[in-house]
Amino acid sequence: MRELHLVKDVLAKDIVLEANRKGFGRGLLAIGKINENIVAACADLTESTQIHLFAEAFPERFIEVGVAEQNLATLGSGLSAMGKIPFISSYAAFSPGRNWEQIRTTICLNDRPVKIVGAHAGLYTGADGATHQVLEDIALMRALPNMAVIVPGDSVEAEKAVAAMANDHRPNYLRLTREPTPVLTTSKTPFEIGKAYVYAEGKDLTVISTGVMTYQAMVAAEHLFKEGIDLEVIHVPTIKPLDSLTILHSVHKTKKVITVEEHQINGGLGGAVAELLAEEFPVPVKRIGVRDKFGQSGKPDELLEHYGLTSKHIMAQARKMVK
Amino acid sequence: MTKSLSIAELEQKATEIRESIIRMLEHAGSGHSAGSLGLADIFTALYFDILKCEPKKPDWDGRDILLLSNGHTVPVQYAALAHAGYFPKGELITLRRFGSRLQGHPERTKLPGLETTSGPLGCGLSQAAGMALAMRMDKITHRWVYVVMGDGELDEGNIWEAAMLAGKYKLSNVIGIIDRNNIQIDGPTESVMPLENLHEKWEAFGWHVLEIDGNNMQEIIDACALARSIIEKPVVIIAHTIPGKGVDFMEYDFHWHGKAPNKEEAKKALNELRTLKGKIRSEHE
Repeated sequence: MRELHLVKDVLAKDIVLEANRKGFGRGLLAIGKINENIVAACADLTESTQIHLFAEAFPERFIEVGVAEQNLATLGSGLSAMGKIPFISSYAAFSPGRNWEQIRTTICLNDRPVKIVGAHAGLYTGADGATHQVLEDIALMRALPNMAVIVPGDSVEAEKAVAAMANDHRPNYLRLTREPTPVLTTSKTPFEIGKAYVYAEGKDLTVISTGVMTYQAMVAAEHLFKEGIDLEVIHVPTIKPLDSLTILHSVHKTKKVITVEEHQINGGLGGAVAELLAEEFPVPVKRIGVRDKFGQSGKPDELLEHYGLTSKHIMAQARKMVK
Repeated sequence: MTKSLSIAELEQKATEIRESIIRMLEHAGSGHSAGSLGLADIFTALYFDILKCEPKKPDWDGRDILLLSNGHTVPVQYAALAHAGYFPKGELITLRRFGSRLQGHPERTKLPGLETTSGPLGCGLSQAAGMALAMRMDKITHRWVYVVMGDGELDEGNIWEAAMLAGKYKLSNVIGIIDRNNIQIDGPTESVMPLENLHEKWEAFGWHVLEIDGNNMQEIIDACALARSIIEKPVVIIAHTIPGKGVDFMEYDFHWHGKAPNKEEAKKALNELRTLKGKIRSEHE
């Protein structure tokens, strides 16, 4: 296995916490310094999407579109047509939530490599409630031909994702989280669009997770190892294109799968994995995610508990399947 | 492109383009007749006089850009592109057929000369704004982005989001052309969703507004020249056109918005176009 240079102890009480949107902001500023074709636009959420770092450094390459997400996407298409590499940011509930058709027609079908950055996705949006806790964005973007869908696991990975997106010739969607979450990776951890990574090797069951839920999966694996259950954990930061080889290789060994995502179980990572395995290697699959419900106001921890998305829930499910 | 055609020659070219539109639509058996015919003079003026373009080098980086926002009128653009030499005229009758580069609604990646993919309405103006902003960043002047919009299309919120933004950034190298033919699928624009006072609406959004007879070749050319000379703000040309222009039984009738002529109707229409409404005798008669 390739050396992944993850943090030594995921159970450490002093594990570093940082919101992955911070990694995005840093990454965009860094790549902006190197590549002057990088431009950015935002729909009145510059600071919360962390695109303000770029906007302040390169005001002549930043466009404030106001609260107008349809315009954000189509403007991005136009910028791209002239050779720019536009990163367009808003909250994921609005972009790609509101402007899906513009993304489909003027970006994907029109083959313009616009980089769509959806911040404040999922339950970690917390107190804002169901309207803002979008749980359907991966499904929306995954259904589109031409689009690559990236869901980083932590801020360090998000930073690397920005650089990879700038060099990718497809339209991309980057899903970000509002609240600080544990940082599992280091600057040396590899990241490539389209690659999944085996974060923990095991033989009894494969846990396939994406985004900030990979931390929960890793914690579950640590605890269950002590009980004699050996989980393999695959982190999937690119949901489309899915790294089928890495997944199938693992599942051939374990023959049991749990998927974990902070998204509806329909149409997201769980859907993608179930589709792959149904066609290529049918084995028992259990999807952990939000089960056809909307979110609600609350602290992220309360919400993860309520919707069954913690390491405890992963452990309980794994015990059932391995016994 | 050499701009040697006189107004009379341009008008003749527009008639030839209308003939192509009728043939294409008849062959396809579906498509949008009224808007395509109404825009024939504007598209002739654009491709044969106004635009800096090289039909043999459609990606030439000094070209002006023409975006068709109301993509359903693309038969007029296909016909104009073919007559201008972008691709063989013989290909026009493949419109809407399986395997054709001439998709029912325009797809940029399929056919050289198209600058975007459109059909879903309201998306052209903001792409034009993005292009103009990119040109400004690159300090490119003397290139213009023309964007043709339908009037029914102005019901779309995306248009007004883009209008606000172009006004804010004073994108003077964006030139909007509104095909003001007063019809949309469900009927007259003013009963479906009133647009008036259209002139004042655009002015309120920070645009300079011109109004012309959109079926008058000289007025189209003059308005675009004036628009290019206005550098303080973006310019929109409200081009009053006659839907179905050139074919008597189609003119002004919203039922021809989304309909193609059958064999008999096409014959009648072609005869009318070839005889300049009966003024001359057709060689085909």
